[in-house]
Amino acid sequence: MTEQAYNFAYLDEQTKRMIRRAILKALAVPGYQVPFASREMPMPYGWGTGGVQVSAATLTPEDRLKVIDQGADDTTNAVSIRKFFERTAGVATTEATQEATVIQTRHRIPEAELTEDQILVYQVPIPEPLRFLEPRETETRKMHSLQEYGLMHVKLYEDISQHGAISTAYAYPVRVAGRYVMDPSPIPKFDNPKMEMAAIQLFGAGREQRIYAVPPHTRVVSLDFEDYPFEATRADHVCDLCGAADSYLDEVIMDDAGGRMFVCSDTDYCHTRREAVA
Amino acid sequence: MTPLLQVRDIEKRYGARIGCTDVSFDLYPGEVMGIVGESGSGKSTLLNCLAGHLAPDAGRVIFDTRHMGPVDTVTMSEPERRMLSRTDWAFVHQHARDGLRMSVSAGGNIGERLMAVGDRHYGRIRAAALDWLGRVEIDGARIDDRPSAFSGGMQQRLQIARNLVTGPRLVFMDEPTGGLDVSVQARLLDLLRGLVRRMGLSAIIVTHDLAVVRLLADRLMVMKDGRVVESGLTDQVLDDPQHGYTQLLVSSVLQV
Amino acid sequence: MIDIRDVSKSFTLHNQGGAVIRVMEGASLHVAPGECVALTGASGAGKSTLMRVIYGNYLAASGRVLVGGLDVVRAEPREIIRLRREVLGYVSQFLRVVPRVPTVEVVAEPLLVLGVPPEEARARAEALLKRLNIPERLWSLSPTTFSGGEQQRVNIAGGFAHAYPALLLDEPTASLDAANRAVVLALIEEAKARGAAIVGIFHDIEARKRVCDRVVDVSAFAPGVAV
Repeated sequence: MTEQAYNFAYLDEQTKRMIRRAILKALAVPGYQVPFASREMPMPYGWGTGGVQVSAATLTPEDRLKVIDQGADDTTNAVSIRKFFERTAGVATTEATQEATVIQTRHRIPEAELTEDQILVYQVPIPEPLRFLEPRETETRKMHSLQEYGLMHVKLYEDISQHGAISTAYAYPVRVAGRYVMDPSPIPKFDNPKMEMAAIQLFGAGREQRIYAVPPHTRVVSLDFEDYPFEATRADHVCDLCGAADSYLDEVIMDDAGGRMFVCSDTDYCHTRREAVA
Repeated sequence: MTPLLQVRDIEKRYGARIGCTDVSFDLYPGEVMGIVGESGSGKSTLLNCLAGHLAPDAGRVIFDTRHMGPVDTVTMSEPERRMLSRTDWAFVHQHARDGLRMSVSAGGNIGERLMAVGDRHYGRIRAAALDWLGRVEIDGARIDDRPSAFSGGMQQRLQIARNLVTGPRLVFMDEPTGGLDVSVQARLLDLLRGLVRRMGLSAIIVTHDLAVVRLLADRLMVMKDGRVVESGLTDQVLDDPQHGYTQLLVSSVLQV
Repeated sequence: MIDIRDVSKSFTLHNQGGAVIRVMEGASLHVAPGECVALTGASGAGKSTLMRVIYGNYLAASGRVLVGGLDVVRAEPREIIRLRREVLGYVSQFLRVVPRVPTVEVVAEPLLVLGVPPEEARARAEALLKRLNIPERLWSLSPTTFSGGEQQRVNIAGGFAHAYPALLLDEPTASLDAANRAVVLALIEEAKARGAAIVGIFHDIEARKRVCDRVVDVSAFAPGVAV
């Protein structure tokens, strides 16, 4: 049921066109951060205003939307955004990864392999991978344009020198199509290898007013050293619910006595596996 | 022999005010040149024009590059100039914190230039960092400490190591011993002299300290109001100054 | 080796009303390889000035100063630097060194800048220090804290480390005891024997008589005297 007071998917058509132009440019220059005129959204910054605007510009009435937060469909943020689009766009929603045409995500890539009919929209807090080492925006832009990425390795060097290994566990920097270094948003580095996928990946940062993208089947390389190669994390457990040994796990504290269990962070993946067994 | 650097008619204005003007000289490989003058004489403006930090309004700065021979760095593309400043050039700032990343360890500071030119082997980068800490007389055990935990003299030595690790051929120094205790200065001067000789470096040192140029520089340029008033062999300019301003400058130094 | 023709020197004091002080006119001097010439004249007659002009430390107002074929008056700084490194040595009365550099390195420095291997340069430096009776325990210390006589000998060691074809000696035997004085005179004789052209100031008349072939009175170069 669309609320008649709103245009389709909340944003007016001109704004959506502006965002689509940014998205097209982002797809044409993989990994490059395209500035866009981010709008005020009816939610606080940090709650996915960038992702919501990209989703709004991407959705058509025929789309089926899935929203996940840390892999789960049932957390507050995911539920709120799903409800937001149900009301303002009237699109169908789903929790099933395979059935969705647009998936908005915070901090995860679904376990199920995505197809070329799907679009994955990431919520991004800080789009600039060089930001923590170089605070000047003018300088980071220049570094991107001249491909001066040595500083990125300084960060990894610091990791190894302090922890004996690259300890960056999420938002692990990648180089896209051999050109731009990109922050993949705070996904666990477990998900990094999945970024070479068939689906379109769009990244939206609302507060920072940046959109960037990875087109289908684009080479995405996680930065590393020759003698400290990139390694995706692997849990030394299986899911306590579905028994999966290949998924990213959340640790859940069960009681005050230290009881805990490990479960798939991707709730749909876990659910589907359990149903298949049952 | 081709000069390493040929400077021709460099001028930089700040509106109607002259930063520096009409500066020309040749610097040959292995030469160390001092630029002295009081505050506001244009020596730092000149240094920044030469090092590509400021765009001069007129003139040429022709550097003898490794691969392309003499090239005017004023008109070369910015990527080329930035690459030069990471490989063949070094710049030592007066304040170490302008030349160091204070939130990055000593090893990371030294390794940055190596990583910037494409070194992707942690072990090798770390070995180079340790080697350079030794060369600038910093205990290798401090490799993972941040420069904020270092003394002023150590920070300055770290800045030098960070700059020299890629084996540059030309070093720009802006008051490298300014703000340091006299005993620390002496140690730094000795270190710089040794490095300059062993690496065959050419250097341009801006300072207002005549004792520093006497010890480090082969030749001297004296600046006043943006212009070069006198230049020549360092000890000749200091001991037999020809220009009135240089005579005043030399006679103003306190003798100890 | 050293050929001075019609050199004049004056100082213009720009900050004292542009006063011009003429100190030397028509100075000419020729020193052949293997020859040692002593400059004489009363204090202030211009002995040190002439030495400094030859070394390029003072800029002659006119004339020419050829050392090993290079005109020091007109040469580029880098040419003079190379001349000083390879051809022209200078033993001054004053020690000027970077603080905290060990004595043995101060003496070896002239060889190191010529590219002599460090071990070889060090061995030569140590031999000279030993010959000049600098106690071995001082070799690793900076000479800045030494006595006047010791500093003088460190200077001499540095000046004789490399076999310069031309040498300027400013009172090389001053403040030395008899034993060390004999060593220095022997060093000068050895330098002459290998063909060095030497110009020196010797207040020590005995020493002058022993090593110098000629005496040139610089009073003849005073302004107004020359004909």
